[in-house]
Amino acid sequence: MSADTPTPAAEPTNRSGFVKNAYEGLPSTLCSGCGHDSITRHIISGYWELGVNPHFVAKLSGIGCSSKTPAYFLREAHGFNTVHGRMPSVAAGAKLANNKLHLIGVSGDGDTASIGMGQFVHMVRRNLEIVYIVENNGVYGLTKGQFSATADIGSVLKKGEVNELPDIDVCTMAIQLGCNYVARSFSGDAKQMVPLMKGAISHNGTAMLDVVSPCVTFNNHEGSTRSFTAVKANDVPLHDLGFHPYFQTPEVELKPGEEREVELPDGSVIRMKKLAADYDPTDRMRAIATIAEAKAKGQLLTGLLYVNTKQNKPMVEHLKLTGTPLHALGEKECLIPQDAFEKIQNRWR
Amino acid sequence: MSQSSQIINDMSIQFATVNGSGSQSANNIITKGIFRMGIPVGPKNLFPSNIQGLPTWYTIRVSKDGYRARKKELDWVVCMNPDTLVEDVNSVQPGGVVVYNTDILPKGYTPTRKDVIYYPVPFTSLARDKVKDVKLRKMLVNVLYVGVLTELLSLDLEVIKGVIKDTFASKPKAIDANVEALEAGINYAKENLKKQDNYRLEKMDENKGLFLSDGNQLAALGSVMGGCTVCAWYPITPSSSLCESFIAFTEKHRQDGKGTKNVGIIQAEDELASLGMVLGAGWAGARAMTATSGPGVSLMGEFAGLAYFAEIPAVIFDVQRMGPSTGLPTRTCQADILQAVTLSHGDKRHPIIIPGGAEEAYEFARISFDVAEQLQQLVFVMLDLDLGMNIWNCQQLPYPTDGFKRGKVLTAEQLEKTKDWGRYKDVDGDGVCYRTLPGTDHARAAYFTRGTGHTEYATYSEKPEDWQKNIERLNKKWTTALKYVPKPVVDDKGHKVGIIAYGTTDLCMRESRDQMKREHNLDADYLRIRSVPFHDEVKAFFEKHDRVYVIDQNRDGQMEQLLRMNYTEGRITDKIRSVRHYNGMPLDARTVTDAILSFEKGNAR
Repeated sequence: MSADTPTPAAEPTNRSGFVKNAYEGLPSTLCSGCGHDSITRHIISGYWELGVNPHFVAKLSGIGCSSKTPAYFLREAHGFNTVHGRMPSVAAGAKLANNKLHLIGVSGDGDTASIGMGQFVHMVRRNLEIVYIVENNGVYGLTKGQFSATADIGSVLKKGEVNELPDIDVCTMAIQLGCNYVARSFSGDAKQMVPLMKGAISHNGTAMLDVVSPCVTFNNHEGSTRSFTAVKANDVPLHDLGFHPYFQTPEVELKPGEEREVELPDGSVIRMKKLAADYDPTDRMRAIATIAEAKAKGQLLTGLLYVNTKQNKPMVEHLKLTGTPLHALGEKECLIPQDAFEKIQNRWR
Repeated sequence: MSQSSQIINDMSIQFATVNGSGSQSANNIITKGIFRMGIPVGPKNLFPSNIQGLPTWYTIRVSKDGYRARKKELDWVVCMNPDTLVEDVNSVQPGGVVVYNTDILPKGYTPTRKDVIYYPVPFTSLARDKVKDVKLRKMLVNVLYVGVLTELLSLDLEVIKGVIKDTFASKPKAIDANVEALEAGINYAKENLKKQDNYRLEKMDENKGLFLSDGNQLAALGSVMGGCTVCAWYPITPSSSLCESFIAFTEKHRQDGKGTKNVGIIQAEDELASLGMVLGAGWAGARAMTATSGPGVSLMGEFAGLAYFAEIPAVIFDVQRMGPSTGLPTRTCQADILQAVTLSHGDKRHPIIIPGGAEEAYEFARISFDVAEQLQQLVFVMLDLDLGMNIWNCQQLPYPTDGFKRGKVLTAEQLEKTKDWGRYKDVDGDGVCYRTLPGTDHARAAYFTRGTGHTEYATYSEKPEDWQKNIERLNKKWTTALKYVPKPVVDDKGHKVGIIAYGTTDLCMRESRDQMKREHNLDADYLRIRSVPFHDEVKAFFEKHDRVYVIDQNRDGQMEQLLRMNYTEGRITDKIRSVRHYNGMPLDARTVTDAILSFEKGNAR
């Protein structure tokens, strides 16, 4: 870590030597009680507790209420509020320029499932190394309450309008597209979301967290399927989650039959304790079916829906980028040597 | 024919073929053959937006005087396409020569023009007799006409054979097959055609130090030598070969030997994403570019605005074509000039750099990254289809010795010494502020990037005075840009009449000015714009001349409009005469000369 980071004696530091304040951001300007602010807290907890150096994090977003939030966490990380729906391409470019950057992208349901659908799809296809969070409330908040494409069929707007179009399930889509870390959570469930967040941070490739996050102003009324009441009533967690980073071995042995484990590339472990039924998050087809079955019952399944750490080739590896960040390459690495340069021209004579 | 009436090294030849029939390789052999004979040669490929089956034309300008632009009048035509044969025969100017395939004459048609010379050749049946390999026959029928022309025009046989050898260096079998076809063509001409015309090619020594390449390839090479490390692109005619060449160069020259690459290239899902990636890379400190054409530039509009307001270096190569959708993507024009300068929402202006030929396609590509990083701005390099996809003569390129100019970037160490750093604080008074890159390991390095709404310290602000101050500072960059973008090239001998042109128009300007002198005793000075914003030289040129012709390859006179926006005083605008060419063909000297002389003779309104 940098010697410049202020470290007052009394304040505890994490393993990278940062105080928690380095992971905080500006005060939120979202509506009081907004689910997004809870997600911000969980993001802060994830990075702080894992001890990620914020100087090497780039936080990006599109446009919308969700996309304002990168200003509210990791003050010592560069942030970029890009354009609506097109944050993934900017994030991919940043990663190309500097493969040492850790990326977190915050998007919303409008930003991801409508205007940004194309970029979302291709980001997943490329397996960009990013923690991609969809702060999903089924409604456009910043433009005052229009339906988004993730709104459930039959859900009712504040003014009484009923959604008649089927919703787009971003988790199912991501799994189908080959995303290797797909989780769904609820903004109000810190116990679940923080381990999922840490898992996502440790994953090397696109890690998608679809976080249902009720909009207190435009989508928290009776008839909405995304109100706090509706989400709490229908939330069915798949498992109890624990995250054990590679630098801390689990204190208790795994209990076979009751618990499952997934080891992430850096050696960290996500431990899942069985709830109602056993759920194997490494079975891709089963994951898609389970989501669909739950949806048919009106349930909102949360937890680690799908994870694949075995066949996972992230973008940088696929592009065979050199270890040095490309932005740091100079004349020596970039120029064609003089004799070869002349040979090229001679070939054209 | 008497010796004296011989026309040596001065002609235009047009090959009329069907696209996808393999004629390109035959046409290249002739072009390179003439080039290696030391004769000035300028080829143009006039091709359809299609892969196979539509008419395509390839014209070669040969000129002892060194004129390499397309010649409007055709002296020779080689007719290999049944669908256009009648039209092609009629396209030759009186006194010209028609070589035609007698096996493909439209039913009931025989060429009857009395004012041209005919060389009928049964190319199809000749190919059937002479080319045993059925698969190769369709291709090699074209090499038969190379043979016929070699004989009729006295092309140097050894030179042509040498070109074939180099062209197919990796396929020895193809060399033999091509040489056999070449000789079959020569023999047919020797035995059956009596030389009736007076055109002839003779060796010269005018191509020393030159090579042949296209602008897209050279811009790609310039990007490599300019230190571009990130390329994100989406295929679109006529720009695709720029990125494909960049890929080819980097495959060879940006590998460490173990397969790891000193370059990151992504074929994006669309042009929106390509510019998004370029901006992400530019924001994070890499030299990044994309190449596209007009429709792609339109899609990039939103991101271009963000680039301007968020002050991110980026390079877009716009290889201009005729317009949207299907139809004329394979025709050239300069009709994206206004779009490029004014692209996107809000108060914004983007510098554009306009190469006028092959050397500049390379050089301006190379320096565009310096310009973009020094200004922290989006910079356009404006090619067009003619420059991008046609073969140009290029002078030997000097090996770059000036280092990359990376602009104002603070490292952690520099930041430590800078107590009062503000991302948007104009410390130097040139409108360009110091930036840090993500990944800088310093507690004060981070800042939050937004489009609008920031203070000098990059904090959020909706205060009117903050914003006004910010966009006024951004405006300064337009003046600062003059330090970095190429100055115009001026040839001013103090005459009364001036001509302003830009880009590929340059190729025909020497010839056109010679024509004006010869035909109307008009001496015209010439200024070639190489960038927007305009340097003071442009204004001075207006001031020194009585009337100034501004040549645009677009309908609306887009550069003329920019000049009028820039110089509003009547004493300047009253001098402007607009010459516009917009039929999709590479511009020729005759068109320019006729337009200007008709003004000069008082015939114009």
